[in-house]
Amino acid sequence: MPASQAPETPARITEIHVNGAHHTIDAAADTSLLSVLRDQLDLTGSKFGCGEGQCGACTVLIDGNPRRSCITPVGAAGKKQITTIEGVEQNGRLHPLQQAFLEEDAMQCAYCTSGMIMTGVALLKSNPSPSDAQIVEYMQGNICRCGTYPRIVAAVHRAAGQIRTSAGAAGAKGESR
Amino acid sequence: MSPNRAAEILPVPEPEIAIEPERYELRSKPFYNFELDRRDFVKIFGAGIAVFLVTKDAFAQQGESGGRRGGFGGEQIPKEISAWLHVNEDGAITVYTGKVEIGQNIRTSLAQAVAEEMHAPFQSIALVMGDTQLTPFDMGTFGSRSTPQMGTQLRHVASAACHILVDIAAKQWNVEPTRLVAANGKVTDPPSGRSLSYGQLARGRALAQVIPDTDPLVPQDKWTISGKPMLKVDGRDFVTGKHKYTPDLKLPGMLYGRVLRPDSFGATIASLDTSAAQAMPGVTVVRDGDFVGVAAPEPQTAEKALAAIHAEWKELPGQPSSSTVYDYLKANVETGGQGGRGGEGGGRPNSAGSMDAGLTAAQHKLDATYTVAYIQHVPLEPRTALAQWESEKLTVWTGTQRPFGVRDELKDAFHLDEKNVRVMVPDTGSAYGGKHTGECAVAAARLAKGAGRPVKLMYTREEEFTWAYFRPAGVIEIRSGMTADGTLTAWEFHNYNSGSSGIETPYAVENQLIAFHPTKYPLRQGSYRGLAATANIFARESHMDDLAKMAQLDPLAFRLKNLPNDDAGNRLRAVYQAAADKFGWATQKPTANHGFGIAGGTEKGGFVATCAEISVDPASGEVRVIRAVTAFECGAVVNPDGLRNQIIGGNIMGLGGALFEAIQFENGRILNPKLSKYRVPRFKDVPQTEAVLVDRRDIVPAGAGEVPLMAIAPAIGNAIAQATGKRLRALPMVPNGLKV
Repeated sequence: MPASQAPETPARITEIHVNGAHHTIDAAADTSLLSVLRDQLDLTGSKFGCGEGQCGACTVLIDGNPRRSCITPVGAAGKKQITTIEGVEQNGRLHPLQQAFLEEDAMQCAYCTSGMIMTGVALLKSNPSPSDAQIVEYMQGNICRCGTYPRIVAAVHRAAGQIRTSAGAAGAKGESR
Repeated sequence: MSPNRAAEILPVPEPEIAIEPERYELRSKPFYNFELDRRDFVKIFGAGIAVFLVTKDAFAQQGESGGRRGGFGGEQIPKEISAWLHVNEDGAITVYTGKVEIGQNIRTSLAQAVAEEMHAPFQSIALVMGDTQLTPFDMGTFGSRSTPQMGTQLRHVASAACHILVDIAAKQWNVEPTRLVAANGKVTDPPSGRSLSYGQLARGRALAQVIPDTDPLVPQDKWTISGKPMLKVDGRDFVTGKHKYTPDLKLPGMLYGRVLRPDSFGATIASLDTSAAQAMPGVTVVRDGDFVGVAAPEPQTAEKALAAIHAEWKELPGQPSSSTVYDYLKANVETGGQGGRGGEGGGRPNSAGSMDAGLTAAQHKLDATYTVAYIQHVPLEPRTALAQWESEKLTVWTGTQRPFGVRDELKDAFHLDEKNVRVMVPDTGSAYGGKHTGECAVAAARLAKGAGRPVKLMYTREEEFTWAYFRPAGVIEIRSGMTADGTLTAWEFHNYNSGSSGIETPYAVENQLIAFHPTKYPLRQGSYRGLAATANIFARESHMDDLAKMAQLDPLAFRLKNLPNDDAGNRLRAVYQAAADKFGWATQKPTANHGFGIAGGTEKGGFVATCAEISVDPASGEVRVIRAVTAFECGAVVNPDGLRNQIIGGNIMGLGGALFEAIQFENGRILNPKLSKYRVPRFKDVPQTEAVLVDRRDIVPAGAGEVPLMAIAPAIGNAIAQATGKRLRALPMVPNGLKV
């Protein structure tokens, strides 16, 4: 590394893309994405739980993949598309998994809920009909201290069924899949 | 509603009996001295009708002999208010309670109770909770008391409000109130077909009435709103991320705080250099005695400033470790104390008959020692406070189970007048008994005072694991005897440090000696969901299982045989039977490394029994809980869906303490203060879990947040013993797997 680049002053990040919008920010590249979302953009749906990527409360999607924003430096997000819980609801319509969380009452204190939903949304995108074992495997990194796990599994199943039904209906009408 | 005032009057649970505070919860305070006159009241609440509840005794002392209800006779609202409710001109009903929502779903179940008694739509009810300026004094949200006490009180207030609305309509129409019907937010006069909504009846009024807690309630077997599943109030805000927990709050000009922590417990500052931190732009350093903290415009700057402080600590030598703690507790019994149930405070053991006689009569005897480790609550929302000063007025938002207790801590810390401190509790990311204290609020307020700006202080996970408090570790010794046919004759039970909750045996034993021994203890300890009952039931039910084996009786049959034929015995018998039936206990046969266990108990008006099925992988030593069925009875069920969620969630949380959760410590340091080092239950740990609700509509509801988790640990331990022949007497049982 050239001597002129002091390691204690990392590059600054000035823009990120969150929930389809472009945001101007000013943060050191090593600032956690979670802190930028919460403290600079006031997108507080993503939660701080542990700071070491162990609990999943901070989960966001980066280019569609679930990532722990508490251990993701904002510099690593680059120009990628970030989706937070605030961007899952579309035009006032809840995502089928959000709706399923309500219908299954899959929460108690609900502090883990946004991270659970983000992980579940990613799962359903990659696997529209997950088995119990696949849900458990995929979501093992998310902690619910209140112990609502069985209802969360039920909510993922319910949302999967909902997505299949509407996809089937859309297919029947000859719309694009 | 039938406005017939002679409707059944339900017994109100006597607080002295219902409240069995842990010694850590003895913080009783007089009711809030609420200085609000009628003009203030209208200013704050707006026009409409307000109903205030005072307890019966307090009411009598006021000399309100003129009638059952007082008008708002004097201008001053009485001081002993425990709940109130307001109906505005739009018919919106707002209920004020000092209880807080921490995931146990009382915002929903209390609204159900009010809707029931108001005969109003569930959606028209809103609760203002845990705000020391707006809600009546409340001791705190713990001890499983929200449903039995606050639920009943709010029912009384709501019932009275409904009567008042009916009376207004009766006067307006000049008819007898008895012919009117209140339903669905309206009062109707069936003979004429006229009706007025609650909003119309409240319009233009500034009426406040004080009522005693004796109004008749809708009996449990007539409930139409309570007793049915109801989805979480404001659920949509939680699934969209809109709900603001304390860590999500922000104020203009707000700074982020951090606190300098000692290297170890009990360490004091030997030398301190904060000059580098102070030189950082925007950073405020606050030192006040041994409290040192920083506040900065961004969290990253606060962290850098904290790291820039150079401190040397004088440490406290010779502290016990997690491997020596049990010997330490036994060797450091504190004598004296105030006495009480099961030797509460260590003064008076509970005893009956003679242990000598009981052991002489016994054919089988058993001595055994059990231990429980320190564990942590690990609420997913770390404790957080946002503090703001406006001259001498202090406002703090914080996630706590005791808003009024925290207000008092703030008042004392800053020598403020009570009315200049306001604490507000946003619905909080869980607590489990871990959020009773106000140190985070005090620290945030101290930093805000120093910085002259609002400060938010959020604990890191390491701080939460280290500087909060723990469920007490404990040692339990049991000596017992029984006849050849398996009838208990002697029962001696000593609990060192972990606590007296659930210490008494529900089984009939003629000769018994039961004592709780407070000791000195190495870690800061306090309340925990279920607290000592988890430890006491683990020890007792593990011991009972070994006795059943000695008597060559089926574990369930042995328990049922020894239960007394009284009300409590029969209620416990009923949950044992319900759990066993659902589980298929009678037909389950163990095989190698695959077993079944049962355990049960009673505490805080709840009765629980759990059956568990486990398997052990002999290669890896991993213990897998395959299935758990828990039957629970706490009187009449208010919200079956919420109750199921509590029972199953409690069982899953209980798995952690049963199998692997333990705080490791040494030399005043926590060695595993991270989720990567402290294992909590995750998706893969979850067994097939079932809850059986035993709904006793004839019994006033008790709380349900704690008792359901108490029987899972011994049920698992008993299943392990059946599967492997190994009796595990330490919680957690298999932190490193099981060698078979």
